[in-house]
Order: sequence, then structure tokens, then C-alpha cells
Amino acid sequence: MAKAALKASLFLGLMWALVAQVVLADEVKRYVVEGSRAAELDACVEPTERMRRMHFEFIKHQRTLTVHEGIRGSKYSLAGCVDCHISYNAEHEPQPINRPDQFCGACHAYAAVDLNCFDCHASVPNRPESSPEARAAHAAAGVGQPGHLAHAHPGGGER
Amino acid sequence: MKDENRTNLEPVDRERRTFIGAAAGVGASMVAPGVILHAVEAAPRATSVSSDVRWGLAIDTAKCAEGCSACIDACDRENGLDLQTKPKPLSESKWDQQKAVWIRKVKLQDNQTGRITNLPMMCQHCEDPPCVDVCPTGASFKRADGIVMVDRHLCIGCRYCMMACPYKARSFIHEALEGQLTSVPRGKGCVESCNLCVDRRDYGEESTACADACAAEGHNAIVFGDLKDPESPISQLLKALPTRQIREDLELNTGVRYAGV
Repeated sequence: MAKAALKASLFLGLMWALVAQVVLADEVKRYVVEGSRAAELDACVEPTERMRRMHFEFIKHQRTLTVHEGIRGSKYSLAGCVDCHISYNAEHEPQPINRPDQFCGACHAYAAVDLNCFDCHASVPNRPESSPEARAAHAAAGVGQPGHLAHAHPGGGER
Repeated sequence: MKDENRTNLEPVDRERRTFIGAAAGVGASMVAPGVILHAVEAAPRATSVSSDVRWGLAIDTAKCAEGCSACIDACDRENGLDLQTKPKPLSESKWDQQKAVWIRKVKLQDNQTGRITNLPMMCQHCEDPPCVDVCPTGASFKRADGIVMVDRHLCIGCRYCMMACPYKARSFIHEALEGQLTSVPRGKGCVESCNLCVDRRDYGEESTACADACAAEGHNAIVFGDLKDPESPISQLLKALPTRQIREDLELNTGVRYAGV
């Protein structure tokens, strides 16, 4: 009897774990712009596990190279995070990525990490002449030119 | 990419051509094989900046028109300075003093003769910048290509550099803000100033926003270029015109030179 109950509970637990995985996957999928480079890949610029643990290290070193050495378009880039992981509301407006319910914000809230990248950096894509990948991604997602600032600022770009 | 007219020539290295095409970007047009007319969107820089170039500006004050603010407006747009908003408790006059500006229009009058000179004043991109000397964290630094700028990741907002600068070129961001441009991060507690449109430099574009705007107005008072290249338009201009550095007594060897002052 007890054995049967254990079996049943084990089975239920397993099912739950499976369902939770699927839900989690759905949740994560929401945070990748459809049609973006990220959506086509199994992982980000590094394997997912590595990205989860190391992403801040990657962009910390990249920022020094970019600011001091002028190296742009490297594999790691904060603007790249925003490009692929931004999500849009029903009105196709990009939602600031650091908000507690968005890609960066949700995880940082969960991990109790308080960081200030987006005190200075743009939290929505607003470069008018964005990378071809980003353009294609946004076209595919049917959101057109992201950000109202794009039109007011012909100069912009991260770039 | 069609090669019909090249059949009699040596075979084309397709891989290389693809690379050239990709590097030239979307807006480039090929006028002849291998000759790119104008690369609108050049490839981003992949190697470190070098001291083989030194970026600078030459400003002919005789051509700088009174009442024109094209360079300032263009700079504001390019660098998102027009996105700043006045904090409510601040008066208009105080806000005018406090908001970040990268270019100021300065009007000089010789009281004896009455002669008036207009000029745009921005970071002078000194070879020996006092702002770099005084910075306690290394945030204020000079890039190898001569651009003096602030690494906001290191800036603690002490504002020593603002006091050290003889040109009043630097601004401090007093309030938290949002809606920054991707190309120009900006945040509360950091100092900033003209960086010669550094992201344009890194994307291989020709000019700065201010120089473009001045040319578009038909004034052509601002010329941007490489001071180390004797053939560049800016070097030719500096060779032809009598120009001066502002506060040349400080021996900072500025990268911005003025004619007619």
C-alpha cells in the first residue's frame, strides 16, 4: 500500500517536473524576439549554462575593449542582449528589459542582484540603423522600427 | 555581384569579394570592381585604435555665422542631449546652467575695435589633457587616436576634471534619466563631454555630426579629420590658414584649432 502511494507520488512528482520544464521553456521563449538570431540558435553567444554564470564577465571585459580600444561589433554586447531578448506589449511597444518582469530584470530580481547597467544604457532597442540581424528580427516580429526615438535621432546607433 | 565584364580578366577570388561586400555594408555601391563609392554603414572596428591617427577639428571663425546653432542642434540630436528634461524644482535659468552641453557657441568682442567673432567651443581634445591628469580613477582618459573621453564605468562623479578643464567643456549629469540612446549611454553621477562622435569613428564614418551640420548649412566652418595625415583636408587647411589654439599658453597642444581668433 505504502509502496503504491510512494510510486504514485513519485509519478506525480515526475509529471510535475515535466510540466514545470515546459512552462519554464515557454516563459523563456517569450523573452527571445521571434525571428531574431537568438531564436534560431540553441544557445546565446555561448552555451546557455555558461551564459547564465558568466554573462557579466563577458560584457565587463568587452566594455573595456569597446570604450578604451574602440573595438565594436564583438561577440558580447549589452546592446546585443537587448536586441534579442526584448519583449513587446500588445501595442508593439518594447518593454524596458530591466523591468522586474522582463528578461534581465526577472532573473536579477530572482537572484537578488541589484545592478545598474540600465541607469546609463538604453533598456529598449532604439538604434535606427541597427544591425541587419536586429532589423530582420524586428521585421519578423512585426514590430517595425523599434522605439519612437529612432526617427528623432538619425545619428544614433551602438552600436 | 555580377562578374560578366570581368571574364577576360583573372578569375575573381569569390570569397574575398564576398568579404569586401559584407564589410562595405548595406549602403555601399560598387562603381568599379573593388572600388567602393561610398560606404554608408562601414564595418565596426575589430582592432584597437592606434596612434597612427589623431582626430581633430579645424574651425574657421570667419565662416561661423552669428545666430546659427546648427552644430549644437546636430550634436544634441546625435548624442541624445535633447532628451534631457528639466527637473521640476529647478528654475529655467538654473537648468540652462546645469544641463549637459557638448558644444557652446561663444561670442567674442574686441572692445577697442568692436570686432565680433563667433566660435563653437567644445572639448579641445588636448594632447596633454588636464582632465586626465587630475582624474583619480582613470575614468578620464585619452584614446590612442587622440580622443579625450570619459569611461563612465569608472567615473565617480568627483568633477575634478570639470574644474581642471580650461575650456569649460565638461558637463555633469545631475539627475537620473531614461530613454538614452543605444549609442550614447548617459547616467546620473557621471561627467561627459564631446568625444568627436566616437561611435562614428568606430564605425568608419567620415565626419562628426557638427561638421556635417555646418556643411549642410553651407558655412563649412568646421572641418573634421586626421591631424597626422598631411594629405587630409584638415591638415591642408591648417597648413593654409593661420590658426591658433585657445589658451596656447597652457601648452596642451589641442586637437581643435581656430582660425581668426
